[in-house]
Amino acid sequence: MGKFIRLKKGFDINLAGKAALKLAVADQPDTFAIKPTDFQGIYMPKMLVAEGDIVKAGSPLFRDKRNEKIVFTAPVSGEIVEVNRGEKRKLLEVKILADKSIDYLPFTKYSVSEIPRLTREVVQDQLLSSGVWPNIIQRPYGIVADPAETPKSIFISGFDSHPLAPDYNLLFKGQEQFFQIGIEVLKKFTAGHVHLNVHSEREISPVFSQAKGIELNKFSGPHPSGCVGVQIHHIDPIGKSDAVWTINPYGVIQIGKLFLNGVYDASKIVAIAGSEVVDPQYYKTYTGASVKKFLQRNLKQEHVRVISGNVLTGTRIGKEDHIGFFDQLVSVIPEGDQYEFLGWITPSSKKLSFSRAWGLFSFLNYNKEYILNSNTRGEPRAFVQTGVFEKVTPIDILPTYLLKAIIAEDYDEMEALGIYEVIEEDLALCEFVDVSKHQVQSLLREGIDLMLNS
Amino acid sequence: MKFLRDTLDKLKEDFEKGGKWEKYYYAFEALDTFAFVPNTTTAEKGAQIRDGVDMKRLMMTVIIAMIPCLLFGIYNVGQQHFLALGQVAEFWDKVLIGAFQVVPIIIVSYAAGLGVEFAFATFRRHPVNEGFLVSGMLIPLVMPPDIPLWQVAVATIFAVVIGKEAFGGTGMNVLNVALTARAFLYFAYPVDMAGEVWTYIPEGAKAVAGYSGATPLAIASTTGENAIVAFNAFGAGWADNIYSFTNMFLGFIPGCIGETSTLMCLIGAFVLVVTGVGSWKIIISVFAGAYGMGLFLNLVGSTPFAMMPAHYHLVMGGLAFGAVFMATDPVTATQTETGKWFYGFLIGLFTVLIRVFNPAYPEGIMLAILLMNVFAPLIDYFVVRANKKRRLQRATV
Repeated sequence: MGKFIRLKKGFDINLAGKAALKLAVADQPDTFAIKPTDFQGIYMPKMLVAEGDIVKAGSPLFRDKRNEKIVFTAPVSGEIVEVNRGEKRKLLEVKILADKSIDYLPFTKYSVSEIPRLTREVVQDQLLSSGVWPNIIQRPYGIVADPAETPKSIFISGFDSHPLAPDYNLLFKGQEQFFQIGIEVLKKFTAGHVHLNVHSEREISPVFSQAKGIELNKFSGPHPSGCVGVQIHHIDPIGKSDAVWTINPYGVIQIGKLFLNGVYDASKIVAIAGSEVVDPQYYKTYTGASVKKFLQRNLKQEHVRVISGNVLTGTRIGKEDHIGFFDQLVSVIPEGDQYEFLGWITPSSKKLSFSRAWGLFSFLNYNKEYILNSNTRGEPRAFVQTGVFEKVTPIDILPTYLLKAIIAEDYDEMEALGIYEVIEEDLALCEFVDVSKHQVQSLLREGIDLMLNS
Repeated sequence: MKFLRDTLDKLKEDFEKGGKWEKYYYAFEALDTFAFVPNTTTAEKGAQIRDGVDMKRLMMTVIIAMIPCLLFGIYNVGQQHFLALGQVAEFWDKVLIGAFQVVPIIIVSYAAGLGVEFAFATFRRHPVNEGFLVSGMLIPLVMPPDIPLWQVAVATIFAVVIGKEAFGGTGMNVLNVALTARAFLYFAYPVDMAGEVWTYIPEGAKAVAGYSGATPLAIASTTGENAIVAFNAFGAGWADNIYSFTNMFLGFIPGCIGETSTLMCLIGAFVLVVTGVGSWKIIISVFAGAYGMGLFLNLVGSTPFAMMPAHYHLVMGGLAFGAVFMATDPVTATQTETGKWFYGFLIGLFTVLIRVFNPAYPEGIMLAILLMNVFAPLIDYFVVRANKKRRLQRATV
């Protein structure tokens, strides 16, 4: 039986501009792109196509140089129109001009009754060659899963607690069968459990409630209760030599489609939300879609920040750029590059704060929807305040000590203080609440990279 | 405000890299960010929005929490002054004479401390930290009202240079800055920091007949009989019942400028706890430690001071002020939540221990906090080790 875990610590950020629960009717974007920078633990991706090549949905675009079995494939069929590289020729983006109707590369198709008899090797090959594999993330470190590894358990977070998070009921509506097949395929990789975690106070999608062969755990409490790292910590914590895999329900469904339909189906529903969006709602598109058409004539003003993902862990993108591989949300908030006269002392009811310090009144009304911009609201400082990180981190680690160990590059301390248990999203709230304005997440990733390369 | 912004933007060019006053960039930046919260935006990846709180606002909250102590302190300096001279005075006369004594001390403290801060920011090329906004107010509040101003300046400079900048600035210091200033004066100029210095009596003025400037702590440590009896007998003729429990709680007694009123300190504590800026764990545990130690001494003690009812310890001397404003300094206190309980409790315990058993120091809170500042990392070490152990044990299960 699943567990019930009550979390108290954390903080729900209530932003204006939540997506209305409806699917928009809109044209498909012209271009789609896959960005190697969306994946952790990928070294020097090697290009397999060149500009001008024609690809089908599921055709390989590039592969991990260190683990050549891991390939990244095209979400749609079309022509490779651009390969963007950055400094030192680092591969940034492979852009595809999409066909009007999508042409799929065929993979082996199975019937529901055949799937239980498939071996790990067979399903693994199909997952790898189709490009579905990178949906599987491995802890520690949050890297694309290593096909040679056998995880002790697999975790699926069945809800997103981030600000403006998309509603999973809508995203995965009607996908019961694919989800179930996905679970059955995943179960071949672990002798342990497949944990599916839902929130006790939210409506549970039938996709999850009808799933069989899983441990259904319930969580309560504010964000980051939906972060899978927090869930792992409370159910099956990661030690030094352990590996745990995590996957978004989207990936599970994609696995199901791969085996039942024999195609790499990258169609996904994305929420376009945020205070600066005229009509925040959901759009049906494909992985890596350009946001251009979704934002055209849909912005309240032009001076905005478009974020692929949520406002706590996302990445800033341009108004014509492409949505990240794992993202099911685009957040649009005002850009905050304005000075504020005596802004450090003037009382304001418009600022959201976890703190109740002088002049900040948001603690009186957390239910209010806030419009927040991208201003840092202060300057970087040394660590001064204590005890606040712990209040937004519902796991038994000491974030400040871990971060200091990373700054000191002390490997033993990092390990002892629990670097195996966290990735950026788990400590994203620390970055938000930090009065000293540290870049907690990029610091944590530096520490993880140190551990990975040691 | 556009005019001011434009002026600052124009000036800024000269202070930026390659400008003619490049060296003084951080001094300029401090003033610029004081006037305007900067227009910096969050990084490309990671948290795209930030909490509305910043260091300046945090420090401002502490200063607001100190205002009741400051205002009462100003009044009380006047109150004690006229009491000692045996004169009857109006409320505003007391405030005026108090302000006349206290305001210059505040100005000197801020001027000296910020001077050092700006100088170090320029030489060491780091931003001016806001920590001194609080220290600069704490220092005057723990000074005797008739302290020579040059001593305030010397102590402040010593505390900021040796107590803070030598360790790398705000956030890196081991000892509480304001208490370092106080301790410096205590050991360097003991004559001006002990005995009957706690009431402002101008030179040439004559105190009222029977006047004594002894503090409750001094009385309790020297009396041969029951401490309460000695308190009640004190001040007969010129200030009847001055050392009653209620009067000590309210703070109408001689002492450092801001520390006499337990009530005002509790108001400050209320502000700090409600805003979440000060740790309630530390505040409560300091009081608990002092009260517990007081009770324990009641059981085993033999001197009149040891036998004094424990609750008197809570309203005498600077215990309340130290517990609320000094012990809660997040940089020098323990940083772990569990550690805060031990840290506070030991401060309270040592304060009473030093008061009762150390004949040389009539006040214990200053030394108790400085001592525990030094031991705070050790307490944290054990708390962190316990956390690591839990993680290891879990792995082997």
